Amino acid sequence: MRFERREHRSPTLIVAAPLLAVLIALALAGVLIAIAGAPVPEAYWHILTGAFGSRLSATETLTRAAPLILTGLAAAVAFRARLWNIGGEGQFYLGAITVAGASAHLLGGLPSLVQIPLLLVLGAMAGMVLLLVPLWLRLRFSVDEVVTTLLLNFVALLFVSLLIDTVLKDPLAFGWPQSESVADAAMLPKLLARSRLHIGIIIAVVLAILVHLVQSRTAFGMQSRAAGLNPSGAAFAGVPLGITLVKVACISGGLAGVAGAIEVMGVQGYVTTNLSPGYGYSGIVVAMLANLNPLGVVLAALFAATMFVGADSMSRSMGIPTYIADVTVALSLLSMLIALFFTQYRIAR
Amino acid sequence: MTVPILEISGVSKTFGANHANDDISMSLAKGEIVALLGENGAGKTTLMNILFGHYLADAGKVLVDGQELPPGKPREAIRAGIGMVHQHFSLAPNLTVLENVMTGTEPLWLLKSGVNAARGKLTAISERFGLRIDPDARVGDLTVGEQQRVEILKALYNDARILVLDEPTAVLTNIEAERLFITLKEMAQNGLSLIFISHKLDEVMAAADRIVVLRGGRKVAERKASETNKAELAELMVGHRVKRPIRTPSAPGDVVFEAIDVTVRTGGVDRLKSVNFHLRAGEVLGIIGVSGNGQTMLAKLLSGTVHRSEGEMLLFGKAIGDLSVAEAIAAGIGRIPEDRNHEGAIGEMAIWENAILERLPSFSKHGLVDRKAGQEFARSVIEAFDVRGGTPTSRTRLLSGGNMQKLILGRNLINRPRILVAAQPARGLDEGAVAAVHERILEARNKGTAVLLISEDLDEVMALADRVQAIVGGRLSPSLTAEEADARTLGLMMAGEWKAEAVNAL
Repeated sequence: MRFERREHRSPTLIVAAPLLAVLIALALAGVLIAIAGAPVPEAYWHILTGAFGSRLSATETLTRAAPLILTGLAAAVAFRARLWNIGGEGQFYLGAITVAGASAHLLGGLPSLVQIPLLLVLGAMAGMVLLLVPLWLRLRFSVDEVVTTLLLNFVALLFVSLLIDTVLKDPLAFGWPQSESVADAAMLPKLLARSRLHIGIIIAVVLAILVHLVQSRTAFGMQSRAAGLNPSGAAFAGVPLGITLVKVACISGGLAGVAGAIEVMGVQGYVTTNLSPGYGYSGIVVAMLANLNPLGVVLAALFAATMFVGADSMSRSMGIPTYIADVTVALSLLSMLIALFFTQYRIAR
Repeated sequence: MTVPILEISGVSKTFGANHANDDISMSLAKGEIVALLGENGAGKTTLMNILFGHYLADAGKVLVDGQELPPGKPREAIRAGIGMVHQHFSLAPNLTVLENVMTGTEPLWLLKSGVNAARGKLTAISERFGLRIDPDARVGDLTVGEQQRVEILKALYNDARILVLDEPTAVLTNIEAERLFITLKEMAQNGLSLIFISHKLDEVMAAADRIVVLRGGRKVAERKASETNKAELAELMVGHRVKRPIRTPSAPGDVVFEAIDVTVRTGGVDRLKSVNFHLRAGEVLGIIGVSGNGQTMLAKLLSGTVHRSEGEMLLFGKAIGDLSVAEAIAAGIGRIPEDRNHEGAIGEMAIWENAILERLPSFSKHGLVDRKAGQEFARSVIEAFDVRGGTPTSRTRLLSGGNMQKLILGRNLINRPRILVAAQPARGLDEGAVAAVHERILEARNKGTAVLLISEDLDEVMALADRVQAIVGGRLSPSLTAEEADARTLGLMMAGEWKAEAVNAL
């Protein structure tokens, strides 16, 4: 058996590949559910109703999807330009703590209409800064950003932990390590009353569309794609590689920072060290699942959120560990990678 | 007549509607060198893949020593003594020569590795065939020519008696290629049989005893090297008479670019050492030299991708600072890079995107790309320069080398550049494409473009250049007119022999 490169990639195949990958992943996860001793169709029914079966669960899934879309975009944008930003988690936390600190100490008095946009920008800037440091190290000393961005996640988390135990500690939290709350005016408006769903999901989708337009329509988008696909070719064509990467890093870090910001301003109102159930890392999976396509990221994030929320409910009613959600998402990533391979190659003999 | 060591008889193979091989038969005698000559896509590589068992033929068979080889079994082919040296090496750069050669020859379950035996065998082989190499050198530290030697040794280590080399000179410099041919001949005298695949007439004539010509999947001719010539082979290969265009005398215009004592230094090494040259409108200046002597830097200097360390540059009579890529393009400098796959085009992007990437400012407004204008531009390049095998929106990677080069030429020439920097513009192209590229360059020159042609192909320079300078070790010789430049003088100049003439000229 040999693999031959496909001359033409059919559009049908490119659309079908992720769908097929997800189905295969669900089938494989079904085997695991069966091994755990539960009836498979019922388990999936529980996941589906758990994620969308009621008003509460549907809004919860969407609430969960919002930060995932943003961290997914952050990874997709960076990976397109071959900037391996594994630091989404750290950028998320830095965005979150910046928003909490700024609202509690500086901007708290401002009206919502002014305060919310300002805070989002600040959150984005915090994420940017955390990514620009490893980028500078890469451009200046050729330090591998995979390592630096990954390790900075732990630095950022410990830094946040330090802040919420000291200067930003909430004095009313009975000693619990949590930050002061943002001002009421900083809370994102709810999309639906009596739910946690806030306008963050709209912000995320709008940003996804914006990123898509920037990548496909602008000169910068074309240059950053060229820089990612073939750096020496891009340099020959006059693309300033360093500046392009800096811009890409600003967008990528900024998006992850905004993810942290909306999570604080939309859901919790304050920062704890378990604010994120690994959104930064899941974002990488989401981006890969979407084949780095910004609009695909929205769908991939919805899928991941469905699995996470649905599996919680399934776990409660059937006694199967919630890890099945992580396993399914991981399996769909693996099958997606294999499916992507087959959009480019075919089996020949 | 003795039984041929290898016989291929009646091999056919189709890929879809495409007849890659159509009833091809050929044979190889012991100690013989046969060249498989043909343009890209003539079916040479397919045939060798069938021989080696990578592909399954639709019809026909392969016999080694009169025994039929089971089809589709590379392992059987290796056991029968067939070795293949691919164009792209499959070596591990972080391992030593010896380790690379041994890879795949040892069973995994053995606890003790037979390093010492292997070392002895390798040394014996390299002495017997004159392939000198240090078995403990790291492959990553070797030159490309030496790495190729390792590939050959690897095949011989597996007891190959028939060696197939796929375009062995594609990655080599001229001198390395000549050295390779000497080695191949020695190997043949020692009883090895060789097939080498090529589309270069010179080397086929230089190295082979017999030449099999393929065209469009068929064997069109078989000649003894002693009974044919380059012109006949070229015609057989292409199917019609190809004439490379030859320049006609021209009246050069003003000096458009001048470099005075320019030095380029990177990483503490002088890549160009106070070079002097000038370009005139409507004239081709040929820079001849064996690659690796600084021509890459010379091309980059004018392309805006490298900056000088010392010296002066005048563009259209005015002293200029360092050129950026954007400035070079804005000033009307067209650029054909040396390496079209790595620099000239981005394979995964669409043809239209590659057509406009270096001129993005003129195809975008307020930062938005004008896709329509870009695709229109690509369409006009495709039409005007006869780029085949793609539409503006198809991926550039799908183009053949010749068509990709036409695209690169086209995007530069369609706007009538005032200066054209062409680095190795015909390297690796087949005869038909070479003629097309040469024609376009001469056409531009006749319309008044000043051309800087950097090449290591003597024929190319003599056919196109009005003036010639040689480049050796980062230094440029004084210029000769085309009339003064015969092959012998140029050959000497490429070897660095110009001091005397320079003194005479002064």
